[in-house]
Amino acid sequence: MENMPLLVLILSSVVKILIIVHMLIIGVMVMIWAERRVSGWMQDRLGPNRVGPQGLLQPIADGLKFMFKEDLIPNHVDKPLYVLAPAMLLVPALVTVAVVPFGSSITLFGYEIPLHIADINIGILYILAITSLGVYGVVLGAWASNNKYSLLGGLRSSAQMISYELTLGLGIIGILMLTGNTLSLRTIAVEQGAYPWQWNFLIHFPAFLAFTTAMFAETNRLPFDLAEAEQELVAGYHTEYSSMKFAMFFMAEYMNMIVGSAVTVTLFLGGWHFFGLENVGGPVWSGLISFGIFFLKTAIFLFVFIWVRWTLPRFRYDQLMNFGWKFLLPVALTSIVVTGTLWIMTGSRLIVGIGNVVAAFIVVSIVAGLLVMNKAPEPAIQDDDSRFAPTALDAIE
Amino acid sequence: MNPEQILFILFGAVALIGAIAVISFRHPIYSALSLIVTFFAQAGLFVLLGAHFVAAAQVIVYAGAIMVLFLFVIMLLNLGTLSVKGVMSGKLKGLAIILGILFAAEGIYIAVNALNDTAVASAEPTAAAVTTTTYDIGELLFSKYLLPFEVTSLILLAALIGVIVLVKREGQEEN
Repeated sequence: MENMPLLVLILSSVVKILIIVHMLIIGVMVMIWAERRVSGWMQDRLGPNRVGPQGLLQPIADGLKFMFKEDLIPNHVDKPLYVLAPAMLLVPALVTVAVVPFGSSITLFGYEIPLHIADINIGILYILAITSLGVYGVVLGAWASNNKYSLLGGLRSSAQMISYELTLGLGIIGILMLTGNTLSLRTIAVEQGAYPWQWNFLIHFPAFLAFTTAMFAETNRLPFDLAEAEQELVAGYHTEYSSMKFAMFFMAEYMNMIVGSAVTVTLFLGGWHFFGLENVGGPVWSGLISFGIFFLKTAIFLFVFIWVRWTLPRFRYDQLMNFGWKFLLPVALTSIVVTGTLWIMTGSRLIVGIGNVVAAFIVVSIVAGLLVMNKAPEPAIQDDDSRFAPTALDAIE
Repeated sequence: MNPEQILFILFGAVALIGAIAVISFRHPIYSALSLIVTFFAQAGLFVLLGAHFVAAAQVIVYAGAIMVLFLFVIMLLNLGTLSVKGVMSGKLKGLAIILGILFAAEGIYIAVNALNDTAVASAEPTAAAVTTTTYDIGELLFSKYLLPFEVTSLILLAALIGVIVLVKREGQEEN
């Protein structure tokens, strides 16, 4: 990249940005279609199948509907923030993708162009920093709406995001300890080998689970969608939004999912590697194939997002907090200690992987045991709630 | 002017405007948001200095976590618009004037010093060439600055425990 003329660098960057941003936006549309079709399939019904082949044009129809709807701004809202909030949610979702490497490299016109928009030394920190800003869109939208349901949704969301952000950050540290001396996402992807058993998700399996769960929480998806729980809060933080502003909230959610999947694939699932297939073909084809592998892995992970949404019920608020602080956080912390210790002592990835799973199992058992033994009679406030909550959910806790 | 100077002026201006907005807005939410803008501009300045890690930490810790808690509290307390009269009254007014004069004097002193100091004025902008990586910082934290690092963590731990003890309500059963 050093010997590349400035013009080529700028031109290739612009082209890459254009392609990736458009892929994100089209990806959002495909995801909305996929979500409705997959949920239909899971619930033994058809889902939208009238607009275009297999209903594929349905998202375009939806988009048109959003655009031509009246853009309502209620009188009682705080106007500047009300208008700003959807953008504040959408922008972080868009800019995170800048550091994700979506393939090895491609040689065009004699220049080797790496397939990422920017490879910065603090890649992971950049992602954590930007995702932590996503909460402002939700919170400000909720507050500016001047509606108590919205505000409750926003407060829930911010508490949840702060709690799960910790797990998100701690889950990565194990990987960093075993990866070179940089936080660059490209290096992490490169250092995972070509074969699935070399990928990080096996070495850091508990951290992988914790990270993925925290990712679900950060994207506000079921089972973590307390911010917009329809049965309790009308529509949560975006109750007062209509037309394109609501659509922006909607798009941001899906964009977060796509970017989150891409990050998880890079960190844990070997990036663009797959049994050496990424090296097949010439300098052009191998780049395209590696991009295709990355794309497919992300798509599979996105399917998991949809799958989980239509499988699990929503957490109750105290369950959410208990789960985040008493299970995920200890698991992530243990994984750091165990990975560090075993790596220094043995230097074997296999032992680190086994040790991680064993340690996580022990920690979860201890926490669960403590919770069961010390189960105090529920405080008065919670008693009121549990009258309405299904008892089956209580049993899980 | 090279690109770095243009960026410096840009980030510096945004940081200043944000800082002025913090004290100019009547509504606490807008003040908090302006503070976030300032933090962002500061992160940009850190990047220009080659301190990428500090920039990221700035955004994660201040913009991402602490300011969310600020907003949280402001929203929960439902603070209304502040009036200047309510705040600037009695002893506070005198204190504000004294502190303001001190702060202005300090600023003028530093500015005059910097202008007179030819070493600073003529220094080549080499800072951006030296990039401090996270690796360097980690190495330093675990060797040269191990003691301060550990002491800081202990203090933070003490603060953490203190908060939990204070928050736990009297008469509430253990666990």
